[in-house]
Amino acid sequence: MIQVRGLTKYYGDHAAIRDLNFDIASGEVIGFLGRNGAGKTTTLKVLGCVLLPTSGTATVDGVDVVANAHAVRAKIGFLPDTPPLYNEMSVGDFLRFAAELRGVPSRQAAAKVQAAEEKMDLREMHDVPIGSLSHGYRQRVGVAQALVHQPALLILDEPTSGLDPIQIVEMRDLIRRLRGQHTVLISSHFLAEISQTCDRLLVIQRGEIVAQGSEDDLAESRGKSAIELTLRGKIETARAVLSVLPGVVEVNDHDPASALPGEVNLRIRAETDLRAELVRASVAAGLDVLRIDQAASRLESLFIELSRNDPPTADPTSPASTGDAS
Amino acid sequence: MRNTLLIARRELAAYFRSMSGYVIFALVLLIDGILFNAFALGDGEHRSAEVVAKFLEYTSGLVMISSVLLSMRLLAEEKQTGTIVLLTSSPVRDREIILGKFLSGFAFLAIITLATLYMPLLIMVNGKISWGHLFAGYLGLLLLGGTTLALGTLGSALARTQVLAAIISAVLVTTLLIAWALAHVTERPFNEFFQAIALYHKHFTPFMQGVIHLRDVVYYGMMIYFSLFAATRVLEARRWR
Repeated sequence: MIQVRGLTKYYGDHAAIRDLNFDIASGEVIGFLGRNGAGKTTTLKVLGCVLLPTSGTATVDGVDVVANAHAVRAKIGFLPDTPPLYNEMSVGDFLRFAAELRGVPSRQAAAKVQAAEEKMDLREMHDVPIGSLSHGYRQRVGVAQALVHQPALLILDEPTSGLDPIQIVEMRDLIRRLRGQHTVLISSHFLAEISQTCDRLLVIQRGEIVAQGSEDDLAESRGKSAIELTLRGKIETARAVLSVLPGVVEVNDHDPASALPGEVNLRIRAETDLRAELVRASVAAGLDVLRIDQAASRLESLFIELSRNDPPTADPTSPASTGDAS
Repeated sequence: MRNTLLIARRELAAYFRSMSGYVIFALVLLIDGILFNAFALGDGEHRSAEVVAKFLEYTSGLVMISSVLLSMRLLAEEKQTGTIVLLTSSPVRDREIILGKFLSGFAFLAIITLATLYMPLLIMVNGKISWGHLFAGYLGLLLLGGTTLALGTLGSALARTQVLAAIISAVLVTTLLIAWALAHVTERPFNEFFQAIALYHKHFTPFMQGVIHLRDVVYYGMMIYFSLFAATRVLEARRWR
């Protein structure tokens, strides 16, 4: 569904995101996790065709977000960090406007609006002016406008932002219900907010993806050693030799943009510290070892920090709701 | 075109739902009524054509001011509140957004302008008016208003806030107004250039006299086109930032 390669965005001299590479399969629910300012919103805005990247490519359903933004926009529903709501409109009128704006024919708009309101538990608010809604309901309307035209891809930038614990649980449940109907990309800076909702997490820090996988994978990887290796030689040889070493979990390309011609940068996940074995195997295969370094600490510290910022959990069975219209 | 009309319809409804729309509407009618009574009708006897010309002169000033006020919210407000993302992330082209915004403002301005029509019609109580004169005058008002509104749309596209948008729009309109004065203090070929681009004197005065020159219609049409074209480019450039 989404393929991102070498995606980079500069604001002046500052790189908001740098050389991002990831794939998202159709139907997946992906959590985009990182601290404030890590580059989540910039990435989502590029995928939402709101912002152009400085370099790199991103495709949605095989369509390039730069070359054919108009076609991509028809496939996505986008909720920015601040829900784009017109306060003077009623919920129903606003959702109808959003649906027609995304190409839904007028005669089908009422049915689509009804379906979106049902998904987000907004039926009772159909005629209520958006300006008089509570924060929780405004977030729901924000999500409803993103899915009213039933897009293949939903991009939700911090949908739980500013919600209280009970509202977070409710929003989680609402998002869970979207599973199987859309591919969903949700960002958050709190691990607990999205870990229970998502199939897989992408962890971003200072504009770079530092880890990806399920919560269990990431938790497991914290205990494992990550080693960065720069070699001179063929990447195929390096992969073939290193990936079969006992204890090696994964061999990945790392920061290919900074590699000089003839060199390869690799990030290797291993059960234990295998630096000596990796050097021996590389040299034996005719590869020159230019650099070797342990790199586990960054993810470790980030994970701890994201977990420490977890909001308090709420009882999901609580009947109380603070999402009432005020 | 469907998206343009969709945006225009929502924006026009927003004018009627907002207090500022009604305030501008009421102020234009009130001030225009006072000016019409005090100066256009005035004391003593006047020829009907003179009264109509005076009325059009006062109304043109109000139309320009209200255009700037109506246009300042068009894009700047969307940027302030973040709702612009709804439009820019939807399969809508930037030119459709700009045109839809402009058309909504123009429709509201046209309603305000046409609501002043009762004043020249009052002249019929004691005199006769030429329908052709009135038609030419109102066509001129709408073209002048459309042009200032298009310049205001450009100002609103450039600015982050509504106040800044009003200032930029006022500067653009004033620059084109004083171009006429610049024409008097410069020599050829600059004076001819300044005369040609001047917003009011050369191009609106004939409408006040009941005369329609194709040259003036084309001037206002081109000004609207180029202002909206520039506003579209400004909106497109936002994707780079």
